[in-house]
Order: sequence, then C-alpha cells, then structure tokens
Amino acid sequence: MARVKLTDVVKIYGNDEVVHGITIDIPHNEFLVLVGPSGCGKSTTLRMIAGLEVIDRGTVEIGDRVVNDTAPKDRDIAMVFQNYALYPHMTVYENMAFGLKLRKYPKAEITQRVAEAANILGISELMERRPKALSGGQRQRVAMGRAIVRKPQVFLFDEPLSNLDAKLRVQMRTEIKKLHQKVATTIVYVTHDQVEAMTLADRIVVLNDGYIEQIGDPMTLYEQPVNKFVASFIGSPAMNFIPGRVVAANGGEALAFRVDDRVSLPIPAASRERYAPLRDKEALLGIRPEHIADGAEGAPATIQATVSVVEPMGSDTMVFFDFKGVEITARVSPHAGARPGERLRFVLDMEKIHLIDPSTDKVL
Amino acid sequence: MGAAYLGETYWRRLIVFYIPMFMFLAAMLFPFYWMTVTSVKADAELYNAKAIPFLVFDFTLDHWIYLFRETLYIRWALNTLFIATVSTAISLFAGTLAGYSLARLRFPGSSTFGISIFVTYLVPPTLLFIPLAGVVSDLRLYDSPWALILTYPTFLVPFSTWLLMGYFRTIPREMEECARIDGATRLQAFVKVVLPLGLPGLISAGIFSFTLSWNEFLYALVFISSPEQKTIPVGVVSELIKGDVFFWGSLMAGALFGSVPVAIVYSFFVEHYVSGITGAVKG
Repeated sequence: MARVKLTDVVKIYGNDEVVHGITIDIPHNEFLVLVGPSGCGKSTTLRMIAGLEVIDRGTVEIGDRVVNDTAPKDRDIAMVFQNYALYPHMTVYENMAFGLKLRKYPKAEITQRVAEAANILGISELMERRPKALSGGQRQRVAMGRAIVRKPQVFLFDEPLSNLDAKLRVQMRTEIKKLHQKVATTIVYVTHDQVEAMTLADRIVVLNDGYIEQIGDPMTLYEQPVNKFVASFIGSPAMNFIPGRVVAANGGEALAFRVDDRVSLPIPAASRERYAPLRDKEALLGIRPEHIADGAEGAPATIQATVSVVEPMGSDTMVFFDFKGVEITARVSPHAGARPGERLRFVLDMEKIHLIDPSTDKVL
Repeated sequence: MGAAYLGETYWRRLIVFYIPMFMFLAAMLFPFYWMTVTSVKADAELYNAKAIPFLVFDFTLDHWIYLFRETLYIRWALNTLFIATVSTAISLFAGTLAGYSLARLRFPGSSTFGISIFVTYLVPPTLLFIPLAGVVSDLRLYDSPWALILTYPTFLVPFSTWLLMGYFRTIPREMEECARIDGATRLQAFVKVVLPLGLPGLISAGIFSFTLSWNEFLYALVFISSPEQKTIPVGVVSELIKGDVFFWGSLMAGALFGSVPVAIVYSFFVEHYVSGITGAVKG
C-alpha cells in the first residue's frame, strides 16, 4: 500500500524557513495536486518527498516507512521533471531501461516492461531514437514511460506540462489522467496552473508562501473556498471582489450588501445566519464571473455598468467592466450583443456569493 | 534577381569573408610553412642573404637526419609524450572531481576552497619555480620526469577545474537527480550521466593540459639537467644552439616535428566530439 504521509514537514534555506510545517495524508492511489503561485514551496515539498532536498523537521512516510534518511533510489518512487530530463546520449529504449538496468533486472524482463510501458503511451516506434529527434510531446511521453517501467509506489510529477504549447498541454493532461486510471498508483503532482489542478486531481492542496491554505477535492475548493487566497486562485477567470458593507435591510431581519448609496444587493434568507457576524461591518463580496450574467430589469440583485472590454471565447463571452473602482469580469451569453462602451445591466446570483472578512481574509 | 545581383553578393562575400579569412589563415599557417621550408633548405642557401627566403631550391634532408641521428631528439620526444600524457591524466582526474564537487555539492568551505584553487593559478610559474626547485630536490626528484609530472599539475589542475566546473554547471541538475531516483548512487549518476555529457569539456580540458605540458619550458629547464631526460622545448634549445651558433635547419625541423602532435590532437578531437554532442544536452 503506497500511502504517502507528510507530518509537520519544514524546510529551511539558510536562515529562511520556506516550508512551514506541512501535514498531508495521501491514501493509496490518490491523485494529489500541489498547486500555488511561484515560490509557494510546492516544488520544494515534492523534492523533499523525492529525497532531493533534506527534510529539516518533520517526517515523510512512504508506504508506512519513514524515509527522511533514505536515499532517493531506495524510496521506490519515480519522478517526471518539467524539463523531461531525458538522457541525451541514450536512445529512448536505453532511457527507459536505465533504472531497471541499474537495479540488475534480467534482460528479458527489462525488454518486456519497456515494451509494455511504450504500448501504454504509444511510443513503441520511437525506441531507437535519441531525445533530440523527438517532439516535446514525445519527450514528455518518454519521460513518463521511464517512470512507469519502474512500477514504483509513488509517481511524482514536477510541472510536467509547463514546457508544452497550450494545445498539447490539454492533450497530455487527458493522457495523464488516463494513465492514472490504467496504472493504479499514488500520484503527487505539482503545478502552478489551477486548471490542471482542477481537471486532474482527486484532491488539491493549495499552498501559499509555505503554508497550506486549503486541502480538498476540486469542487469543494471551487464552491467553498475558506479564504480570499483560495477563492481568487481557484477558478478561471478569477473571482471578483467588491468592497462594501453588510447592513440590515427591510426592517432589520434581512441582510443586504451595500456597495454605495445607490447599490444594495440583498443577501438570501438562507445565508442570513451565516453572515450575521458581519452585520454593520466592512466586507468583500466575492462572486465568480460565471455567476454574473446579463439580465433583465426587475431581478433582485442587479448592477449597471459600462462595458470596457469584450472577450468572445466561442462558448461564452467575457465582459469586463469597471464598478466603483474595481474591475469586474462577467460571463454573458455570446448573443447578448455586448460591445465596449455600452451600458449593460448585470444580474448577480446572490446564492453563490462568498463574503470575506477583510481583517482575516477568511470566507464566512 | 538577375546575374548582377548574384554577382554583387558574391563580391561582397569575397571582400567581407573570404579575403580576410584567407589572410588570417595565411598568417596562422605561415610559421608552419616557414619551419618546413627552412628545415629542408641546405645551409648554403639558408645563409645566402640574396636567396629568396620563401622558396627552396637546394633541397636537403640533412637537417632532419642530423636531428634524428646526432641528437637525442627521439628520446626527447618520448620524454615529452610521456610527461604530457601523465600530467594530463592527473590534471583531468583531479580537475573532474574538483570541478564536479564545486559545481554541484554544497559543503562548508566550498566557496573558499574554490577561490583558493583559482588563486594558486594566479601565481606565475616564473615566481613559483624557485621554491618548487627546493621542493623537487628535497623529494629527490631532480633530473627525473617525475619532477615535471608532479609540478605541472600546479598550473594544469586549477585551469582544468575551472573549465570543467563551468562545463558541469551547464548540465541540467535534473538529469543527475533523475538518475539518482532511477536507482543510481551519486557516483553512478556521475559516471553514467554526467561524464558522458561532460565529454566535450573533458576533451577541451585534456587538449589544453596536453598542449600546456608539451610546450612547457621553464620548469623543464630548471628541474632537468641531463640530456637524456630533456623534453623537446628544452632539448632543442640547449643542444641545437651552441654558444651563438644556431643550427637553424635542425632547429626548425625539431620545432616542426614537435608541433605536429599537438596540431593532430586538436584537429582530430575537436572535429570528432564537440560538433556531435553540443545542442543535445538540454534534452
């Protein structure tokens, strides 16, 4: 059983603590993604699991074994690097057989395992080529093949798709997901791209500045972010944040979000209790572009604004407008006919808002 | 695109590229030509002020015969070859290990150590030979090839280390890390991945070390005295210049023959390995 467990793992470079006590429990066969902005410590954490960085405090366990002092080669892991790290002086076959040869596997088994992996990845006809004769996607596949043949307990991926062009990235994402279905192994995957994280992960760990902001499955992170960072990081285009105040409305029972003298957005009855602590306090209204639509008069929560930029994406159209000094993104139907300079009415789905306490940046 | 246009580009190339290149080549190859011509020219023509210096009319092999029969030239050539080869081997061995450690490993004092290696390189041999002479005689190595084999690394190793350190730095770290995850110890990763990729660097360091050792004059002059132990640079100068008499024909023959191995080493190795491997390291 290849369970990976990190307990209070700390990394210090010189005098700087860059990873502050990370605890993650990854059950067997889970696809866990570490996501976060550059410098958040995700690659460092991955490298500590791999054994390429010393663990300064805390423990890393792979399959119930504490591996803090175990050499990388004895941790039974395989890693796919961002730059593929293929050995340029060896053929594809030799690249894939390298690890098995080092461990003195019999030749027949090596041939069989390499053929099997090559089959899964569709690279069987590339065996005699050198890396420099391969395209980016092919190289990435060979790098994955090299990891698969070892049949390790854990696969580690360090931003493997960052070097590929957009179209290839989408393709390879699906391949990696299919791979996970075919080869049931625990995967720890690092990326800065939250779309990759959302599409690939069973669970996501959002990291920021060496701290875990939130752990959860993709939909939970999307629908119930715990703080402003996670709310703004997950989801593309990013969530909008409108500053304002939570006030009493309609005689005291109801709550509304008052942006200014003219705009007051009613908060649904179901959320009243939840947001009661923010009554009469400043707050940030978080709402995703997909929950702002072009709307008709008479809807309960509407704002009017002048469109500044229109981005047609085919299936949707993104509209940017300025509202009280904040740039808001809204997703409207492609046939709404939005044009820059036009004044439009936008309807906010108040069931889907996230109110944030600006003093703690936490979502209530 | 008429013929006039094509002619224009051709002329431009001629003036901008071919002619300067030809002049450069002529300047570089002229010494070899001069040595060849002088070594096969009879003394009468050689010392005739009215003869054309660039052409040979009185061809002779006497100077070459003198060089190989009457002097210990062959012995000197073998000495030089032996000393240069072993010194190169030592400097490559030490330089590779030091270069790798300084490029890759973080250990306390590594930067101080690196700086001190380079600082020793800055001390000129013209200053260093005096104390080294004392060391050589204390170790009873005076007048033996080992005096040179063990002192040449003082300037070969810093240079090789610097060159190889720079070269190893260009090899992506991930490749070694991948090898270490695949199952290699650090040493195995070094031998199976880093060294093959570092081959152009090793060849460069090797060529430079070999050339520097082969052409070295000062230490060979100071630490070797008996004629049988001399190297080509020292032997040719000491045995072919008697007082103020210069045996030019044989001198040139000796110099030409002495520079041929290095020229061969350069042309063979550089063509073979560097062109094939550069560009494929960032796989």
